[in-house]
Amino acid sequence: MAPSTAQARLAPARAGKRGGAAERNKVFNAPALRRVASILIFFLLWYAASFANAHLIRLFNPILLPTPDAVLKVGIAMALSGELLRHILASLSRVVQGFFIAALLGVLVGTIVGRSRIFEDLVEPAVELLRPIPPLAFLPMMVLWFGIGEASKVGFIAYAAFFPIFTTTLEGIKYVDPLLIRAAASLGASERDIFRYVVVPAALPNILTGLRIGFGLSFFVIVAAEFIAADSGLGFMINDARTFFLVSNMLLGAAVIGVIGFFFNSGLRRLEARLLRWRKDARR
Amino acid sequence: MTATKIRIEGVSKWYTSDAVALERVDLALAQNSFTCLLGPSGCGKSTLLNMIAGFIEPTEGRILVDGVEVVGASPDRGVVFQEYALFPWRTSLDNVAFGPMIRRLPRTEQRAQAQRYLALVGLAEHGEKFPAELSGGMKQRVAIARALANGPSVLLMDEPFGALDAQTRETMQEELLRIWQQDRKTVVFVTHSISEALFLGDQIVVMATRPGSVKEVIDVKLKHPRERSAPEFVELERRIKHLVREEVEKLGIV
Repeated sequence: MAPSTAQARLAPARAGKRGGAAERNKVFNAPALRRVASILIFFLLWYAASFANAHLIRLFNPILLPTPDAVLKVGIAMALSGELLRHILASLSRVVQGFFIAALLGVLVGTIVGRSRIFEDLVEPAVELLRPIPPLAFLPMMVLWFGIGEASKVGFIAYAAFFPIFTTTLEGIKYVDPLLIRAAASLGASERDIFRYVVVPAALPNILTGLRIGFGLSFFVIVAAEFIAADSGLGFMINDARTFFLVSNMLLGAAVIGVIGFFFNSGLRRLEARLLRWRKDARR
Repeated sequence: MTATKIRIEGVSKWYTSDAVALERVDLALAQNSFTCLLGPSGCGKSTLLNMIAGFIEPTEGRILVDGVEVVGASPDRGVVFQEYALFPWRTSLDNVAFGPMIRRLPRTEQRAQAQRYLALVGLAEHGEKFPAELSGGMKQRVAIARALANGPSVLLMDEPFGALDAQTRETMQEELLRIWQQDRKTVVFVTHSISEALFLGDQIVVMATRPGSVKEVIDVKLKHPRERSAPEFVELERRIKHLVREEVEKLGIV
């Protein structure tokens, strides 16, 4: 006997909750449920560990692992007082400035080197020499050079972000399909036309990838940069919290960095997808 | 007597004394004729086409188009490549409009011209699609429209239908003839398919290999549309097959 339409509508939902295959109602499909569960389990375990340690079996000093809600409380307090925003803006301003310089230099130098064999031979080996050295190793030196003000941090971020941007730009410019260049030539394009209408658009996917990586890297290193010689910023906030064992502040700082980084990255990915919508995307 | 459009005089191309791509090629191609360069791999047919296009220079000899020596590429010699070479970041319409854009025509005029040529190749409704969204046959049609949109007097095609399946290939051959008969140009068409060369060409240059050179030039006087099963067609095919087989054997595969 065929089920009534009302039953048919309910049936897939119920089947999903039981873990069966339910294509119709996306909210109840199994993979999504599992993924949400993963996040919930993470927070539950954290809460359980902290709570149990504080009230049941003391394995370590409770100060060392606050509960998630304690972190949230500190977050709200700092947000309301405006302190959180001050640190966020301080960090962001350094990231944006450093990234901007790196982007400009990286794309410019990458383009010049990609176009000219001579420049490539002159510049690339030196860059490859520096690349394996973790940028962090140069931070103390930059503080000595530029002082404890903004310049040292901005300079440091610019240095770190330069490498991926330079490399991807160089490759994008250098490896443009020669067939496309021939095609443009046979359509009447001059050298300048070819650079403007073929080389640049062809290299754009590579350049954008480099910019996105560079930005992520900027975000990554700002934390370490602010450990040394800073009096504001999320990295500073995290490091400064050591003095009074404010682990909640540390975790808050980490979480905020993560969240901001995530949103910037997805924003950049979306921008990239829009600019490059002509690509046949085999996967997202 | 029709004027000679393309004159190839004593053209040789070698890279080292051992790597001789072409040896002493002399050809005269009449205006608005359809010439096929036919031969197995390594006979230098693509090299010759690239030299007519102006992409590479002969080591010896010269190529004249309308009495003027070829130096570099020119929009008067449109090229259609086997791999389409469409600009992936431009829509079909913008691809076809590339030539008009380079000529700095106003945007509306660019689009109008591009639309006209897209319609000529039967893709009027597909202007907003990117190359990634097109089938092989459609991509090649866009490539042809793009080359034609510059109004070249010479059309150079390097195995343009090589990447297509057999059905699409035959359809495209008929399409090409239709377009060519509507808007006459001097066409040089590189292929390794005897049947394709016979279907399309007024003149078939059968090329020899190792080193590349002209083996024989065959005039095809059959009227269009040509019937592939007609006795004259089959006879010519047999004759050419024999010529080409001699060259293929030189390659040592058989």
